[in-house]
Amino acid sequence: MALEFEQPIIELEARIRELREYADSKDVDLSDEIALLEQKLEKLQKEIFGGLSRWQRVQLARAPGRPTTLDVVEKVFADFIELHGDRTFADDPAIVAGLARFRGKSVVVVGHQKGKTTKENIHRNFGMPHPEGYRKAMRMMDMADRFGFPFVSLIDTPGAYPGVSAEERGQAWVIAQSIQRMGRLRVPAIAVVLGEGGSGGALAIGVGNRVLIMENAWYSVISPESCAAILWRDAAQAEEAAEALKLTAHDLRELGVVDRVVPEPGGGAHRHPDRALRELEAALAEELEGLEALGPGELLADRYRRFRAMGAVKIEPAG
Amino acid sequence: MALDRLFRRRRTRGGGRDVPELWLKCPSCEAQVYKKDLEANFMVCPQCGHHFRMGVRERVQMLADEDTFSETTGRVHPQDPLRFSDTEPYSERLSRYQQKTGRPDAIYGGTCTIGGVPSLLLAMDYAFAGGSMGSVVGEEIARGAEQAAAEGRALVIVAASGGARMQEAALSLMQMAKTTMALDRLWEKRLPYVSIMSDPTTGGVTASFAALADVILAEPGALIGFAGPRVIKQTIRQDLPEGFQRSEFLLQHGMLDRVTPRSELKAVLAQILGLLHPEGVRNDGA
Repeated sequence: MALEFEQPIIELEARIRELREYADSKDVDLSDEIALLEQKLEKLQKEIFGGLSRWQRVQLARAPGRPTTLDVVEKVFADFIELHGDRTFADDPAIVAGLARFRGKSVVVVGHQKGKTTKENIHRNFGMPHPEGYRKAMRMMDMADRFGFPFVSLIDTPGAYPGVSAEERGQAWVIAQSIQRMGRLRVPAIAVVLGEGGSGGALAIGVGNRVLIMENAWYSVISPESCAAILWRDAAQAEEAAEALKLTAHDLRELGVVDRVVPEPGGGAHRHPDRALRELEAALAEELEGLEALGPGELLADRYRRFRAMGAVKIEPAG
Repeated sequence: MALDRLFRRRRTRGGGRDVPELWLKCPSCEAQVYKKDLEANFMVCPQCGHHFRMGVRERVQMLADEDTFSETTGRVHPQDPLRFSDTEPYSERLSRYQQKTGRPDAIYGGTCTIGGVPSLLLAMDYAFAGGSMGSVVGEEIARGAEQAAAEGRALVIVAASGGARMQEAALSLMQMAKTTMALDRLWEKRLPYVSIMSDPTTGGVTASFAALADVILAEPGALIGFAGPRVIKQTIRQDLPEGFQRSEFLLQHGMLDRVTPRSELKAVLAQILGLLHPEGVRNDGA
């Protein structure tokens, strides 16, 4: 399924494909024409993707076909084994957690999980965790600390689930605890915003020494729809809210909220997931390598410095 | 985020300093209460015990030992990093709240003793943008925790907030991590932190520093939770159970230590700090 603004790209791609098939079947040489069209395609992609509005990026972040946590653990990591349960109440399918290898070394991975079909999405609660999900995440943070493995989190949630049972079981408490637990990790921690970074439910696993974001992902205090419903009293103003929230990867890089934007070549991770994931792998490798030199105390101090500096204030000198 | 209640009641609700109403109607028992009587009773309805929202100065006056308070807040000023504008530019909203409250942002506090225990007391101001947490609130809380740790003080924070401030977007969200991590300065020094949740304590404030105290007290009947009731109602498309997300409900579910009426708050707080703080422990109250 393509988004409206991608239509010209899709059409051009189809033409190139047709030409190729024609050339093959009739055994004629059309390579010059094809090369020309491919150049045109690249230019068109640059044009369209260079000028995307924030709201269009939000749509890309939600596009079906975008790599989810399970895609990442399969393609970027090796030897992944999923581990289940919070040891208290239940297993939350909206958060996936486990052990894996990255470039030969053991790591702990935790991420929000959305479904690819409606049925799957219902099972995964659309990537909106209950308290159990965050308790499972904290268990995994403990494990990373105990064995001295790096901790990698993958963020992709519209937000923590706003429901009666979630409130009864302390949604706010577990999010706070998970933020605290991750802040206390004595091992390298890297958070990657894969798709949607919705509010506290995202930040709960977002307290990394480094925070990376995919080029077409978003991360903010609230979704554009909810923001519009509250501030404009009209959820239909989401487009305007998305602009106001400055929630894209490049905005966040400028605000200092993220450290690195991972490119999604060829028109977005939903269309070329493998290319985007190769970029992610390279970025993760570089960032992890940079953190390996730091000892536990330095990692704690580094993380505190990073988050302590967040915000925009003007401070009057003491007088 | 439970910010849905912030801006709606601005005009219809009194309580602003510029509207000197002599009588107030208690939203709980509907009795007409003389405002002076209400103030003398710490803004608790003399008829039914309903806890009205309380101004931050009055709050500090009520909790700090007499003549010990010295303000530390007020020097950190908000910016408008996103040049945010919804139905009104954020910068104008800020000026309006600053004029209304006489303070730069939604937090007020300083050093004092509480029951003789050296403390750093911060109160969130619901009258300023619904007590929402942006960069200034986050910064003051982080500074408060750091100063308390450096000076051997207990930290006490009175929460009254709809959550993180939307107009500073991701930067507000980051304050949740900043405040949470700053609390660890106290942990390292074995200094106590008591969180007092008043009406309302929701969203990113509950889901960060407010929920992470050694002891959590709540005022009776306060709305406390993560998501706002309206959002939950929309999600589940059912009416919410009676008393849902009120202090008593949270106590029952194990999220709080005690629900404490305002009239007892100072005494209970002093007792807890006396038992936890090294100075109180040494002195044995004698």
